[in-house]
Amino acid sequence: MLKDQDRIFKNLYNDMGSDVVSSQKRGDWVNTKEITDKGRDWIINEIKDSQLRGRGGAGFPTGLKWSFAPKEVGSRPHYLVINGDESEPGTCKDRDILRFEPHKLIEGCLIASYAVQAHVCYIYIRGEYFVDGQKLQAAIDEAYEKKLLGKNAAGTGWDLDIYIHYGAGAYICGEETALLESIEGKKGQPRLKPPFPALIGLYGCPTIINNVETIAVVPTILRRGGKWFASLGREKNTGTKIFCISGNVNTPCNVEEEMNIPLKELIEVHAGGVIGGWDNLQAVIPGGSSMPLIPKEKCETLTMDFDSLMAEKSGLGTAGIVVINKDQDIIKCMARIARFYKHESCGQCTPCREGSGWMWRMLERMAKGDATKDEVDMLGDVTNQIAGHTICAFGEGSSWPVQGLLRHFKKEIEKRNNLDPIVQKKNNIPYLVDQHLLDKKNA
Amino acid sequence: MSLRRPAKNQPENFEFDSSSLEAANKIVSKYPEGKQQSAVMALLYIAQRQNANWIPLAAMKYIAKFLDMPYIKVYEVATFYTMYNLSPVGKYFIQVCTTTPCMIRGASKLVEACKEKISENECELSNDKSCSWMEVECLGACVNAPMMQINDDYYEDLDKEKTLKILDKILNGETPKPGSYRGRINNEPENNRKTLMDYKNA
Repeated sequence: MLKDQDRIFKNLYNDMGSDVVSSQKRGDWVNTKEITDKGRDWIINEIKDSQLRGRGGAGFPTGLKWSFAPKEVGSRPHYLVINGDESEPGTCKDRDILRFEPHKLIEGCLIASYAVQAHVCYIYIRGEYFVDGQKLQAAIDEAYEKKLLGKNAAGTGWDLDIYIHYGAGAYICGEETALLESIEGKKGQPRLKPPFPALIGLYGCPTIINNVETIAVVPTILRRGGKWFASLGREKNTGTKIFCISGNVNTPCNVEEEMNIPLKELIEVHAGGVIGGWDNLQAVIPGGSSMPLIPKEKCETLTMDFDSLMAEKSGLGTAGIVVINKDQDIIKCMARIARFYKHESCGQCTPCREGSGWMWRMLERMAKGDATKDEVDMLGDVTNQIAGHTICAFGEGSSWPVQGLLRHFKKEIEKRNNLDPIVQKKNNIPYLVDQHLLDKKNA
Repeated sequence: MSLRRPAKNQPENFEFDSSSLEAANKIVSKYPEGKQQSAVMALLYIAQRQNANWIPLAAMKYIAKFLDMPYIKVYEVATFYTMYNLSPVGKYFIQVCTTTPCMIRGASKLVEACKEKISENECELSNDKSCSWMEVECLGACVNAPMMQINDDYYEDLDKEKTLKILDKILNGETPKPGSYRGRINNEPENNRKTLMDYKNA
């Protein structure tokens, strides 16, 4: 288990209060000026050395992303946008940062804004987190009062204004370009990339977009050094991460742990074990609903980081772990996830808009055993028609969980659904000119 | 995508009252000059709060004029985002999360409770017209599942009995205390905490 002194979010459970005074006691806002005095290049290099990867799901190296911002500010201002539109089923880590560690986030915003030369930072929070957003707003007001924000913020000589922008219940706005559209006051429909937001983003200006957790760990990394952060976890999967363990466990919780921690340790130690014992485990969704599930056999030895989960054809995503035990109907669980994606599709690309509903309706029938034999393969075919054929990654996000189900529980589906196909293939149609094609073996 | 239709009975006029107007001007000032369209989402919220939790078409037209943008663009935004209520929902608006993490911990029991206490169908006003309920997608409190949201507040770690009690209070016009209903502190592992113990005991 990670030592307490290596935990970044010491107030994860709000033992100490989230106001600026108690945050300063925990080490926030101490010598912020010393960090910025070392210069932009030092900050970006230190983040690169720490090998910090974005905590929002894609795992893109943060230092590299920051280095994409233009070196000189041209005619267009730079913007920093923080993505707090946390809507992935199974994930609730950013909420705890917003309400209990707001000053880590605000200080991170200041340092990141300095590094990418932004004077304005927008924090996009999902509309449902209104109460938590108000807590962040209170912390921002506090920071203005103490001159930690505004002109010459925290004595660094850098001017920064932070504004909160509330979303209104659209999952797709967690996609970075949809989020920008949403801030611009439009429907949240993703943009084509390229151009990437680092060059043409919010209002057509260079924009760096980071997840709440990514930005909140930055001040601690710079204080303790990139080497310290890189010493935790393993190569390319370094540092600590907040894991959210939900579902059929005895004590569901959020916990900050080292990367590369065994999944079994997370479930057994922190989450109090699976309900009904480890043998009652059926499958685990390791990284929020869009990541393919992993069956019990593999959970024994699985470690939680980006690359080891990729090797299992799944992903760390947002590290929202949903534990499903044998009391649950796995097909029904996945049908419900498919319904989520059907509801949240933005409707811009046809494969996703139509396909997400198609997958949901098929899975609902499969859960009841109303589907025919050939539909199982058809479902796999539908997922392949969606993934990779859409503007944003929602297509993958909606089809991967279904592909995961087909990969590991195909037998279960086939056992339940053995009706004969509605349309029977006939091999002898008297009026058909192309009879010779049907005579082939694989027709 | 979800199907969203404006209500049939629409008020003729809508205007911001003085406190809404003040809030709206404050929000417009957050965005760069000429980019006042960015404020449309926040302004729709303000209209919703002022107008008993739902947005009439007249409010969209008013906001379009206020922000100097086409009415259709406001209509687009209001119908795209699901948190804007396009028809009356009652003073207490109850949203029950039924996505997988909540579902496998018994969210259907919460739905049953709502059906018993409020109305048989979703989005239907209760007999006294004070509240309505609906099933929604993930509300982002998965480790506190099952849970529901009433107006702005989260009610977590529920079961059917606790939900019935909460709904009773609401029907009596009281506002129950938000947060966990099993008495645990925020998102810590209940009675199983192994981290940051020095801070807990401090």
